[in-house]
Amino acid sequence: MSAFTLDELKTMLQEAAGVDESVDLNGAVLDTPFSGLGYDSLAMLELATRIQNQLGVPIPDDHIEFMTTPRAVLEYIDSHLPMGA
Amino acid sequence: MSESRERQSTDGGRARAVFTGIGVVAPNGKGTEDWWAATLAGKSGIDTVRSFDARSYPSQLAGEIKGFDPGKRLSARIVVETSRMSHFALAATRMALDDATVDLSQIPEYELGVITANASGGAEFGQRELQKLWRGGPKDVSPYMSIAWFYAATTGQISIGHGMRGPCGVMVSEQAGGLDALGQARRVVRDGTRLVVTGGSDSSLSPAGFVSQLPTANLTTVNDPARAYLPFDTDASGFVPGEGGAILVLENADTARERGVDRPYGELAGYAATFDPRPGSGRPPTLTRCARAALADARMRPEDIDVVFADGHGTAEKDRQESRTLAELFGPRAVPVTVPKTTTGRLYAGAGALDTAGALLALRDQVVPPTIHVKNPVAAYELDLVIDQPRETVLRTAMVIARGHGGFNAVAIVRLAD
Repeated sequence: MSAFTLDELKTMLQEAAGVDESVDLNGAVLDTPFSGLGYDSLAMLELATRIQNQLGVPIPDDHIEFMTTPRAVLEYIDSHLPMGA
Repeated sequence: MSESRERQSTDGGRARAVFTGIGVVAPNGKGTEDWWAATLAGKSGIDTVRSFDARSYPSQLAGEIKGFDPGKRLSARIVVETSRMSHFALAATRMALDDATVDLSQIPEYELGVITANASGGAEFGQRELQKLWRGGPKDVSPYMSIAWFYAATTGQISIGHGMRGPCGVMVSEQAGGLDALGQARRVVRDGTRLVVTGGSDSSLSPAGFVSQLPTANLTTVNDPARAYLPFDTDASGFVPGEGGAILVLENADTARERGVDRPYGELAGYAATFDPRPGSGRPPTLTRCARAALADARMRPEDIDVVFADGHGTAEKDRQESRTLAELFGPRAVPVTVPKTTTGRLYAGAGALDTAGALLALRDQVVPPTIHVKNPVAAYELDLVIDQPRETVLRTAMVIARGHGGFNAVAIVRLAD
């Protein structure tokens, strides 16, 4: 499996926390803060849980606050994805 | 402001509160007019439980809301954050605000309040997440468990979703809560809030939610939908639980008129609440005192009441208490009494709000909705029970009664606005 993609992240977000009616996740969202996409701290907690469960990428609770944009999440996953996954 | 208008719009110097919007999600109708038509037609939403297998339970009937897709009515973000009881209330809120034709952006956010009632919490959400905890451990549990289950979740989500930042709260007094919320909403209107989203909803028909209702022994174990919930009947055997409720928009009468509301549904003219003495105290229940206090609050006499929407508990003891209150207040068979919740089951915190919606529509259409399935009213109760068919009659005022498990009593009086 290659690097985790933005599309996969969007799908995971959708499953974890839904999508706000006023937000188009298909737009240019890579650098949009999650708060601007309608996601609160609980939504980020749920996303982090799914990343850990589904990808085996550990995320310390105190790191979640630094995952402010989709790009930040993808970069974090890229650098922590288990080898050979 | 002219003198006559001043007289109309205040009640002893207190602001009058009028209902300007109604939203309903009930077992026999999703949407206010669908539900009202079904209620007048005596169409029941009570049936064998379908959402899970209840065959091993002593009680197997419920007023379930079927075919309700929250994803079609609410934002997907909200759907994952909330339980079924909130889904109903949030959908009903949209209906009620649409019905009130109000543009909330035109009202200062701190003059918009939310006061709802809830008695069972997010039973459906809670059970689902506990099952995940059991199967997969803490990591599988939704973080929204922290907010979805609790009584105030609905009020909070309405407040956030609609930018209503004035007085907010939740009333938790079992089935009396739906009326207690209206009373509290009127109080904050008197204190300067212009518009309040109020009412109540409940949904505890998941297996765990259902089981938790059994120990009260108030649920009927008769499993024929036509013979199960028979308030005031010689065959009364308990009640059938239901889910859903109603959301109402309550506004300051003056500011409602200023924004162009010509004909509100009616005024919340009276309200009172009491709490019964503990069992075994030897002191009598307080429902009569509660009804008298509501009449005094409305500055009305019993003969001013044109119809009573009774609580209709469906157990012999509570039915006897309530009928005694009505006979004491009004005299034998002196006022039409109805229990339209025979079509839905008892909705707990949703019931008082739904009955008030029914009372307001009864005033609008000058018709009393029927009590269904009751064939043999207890003669000694001396009630003029409106049975099977709706009754057309002149209606200006209605009394709504709601009693909650554990001793809660609430009585509201609505009347056509001037």
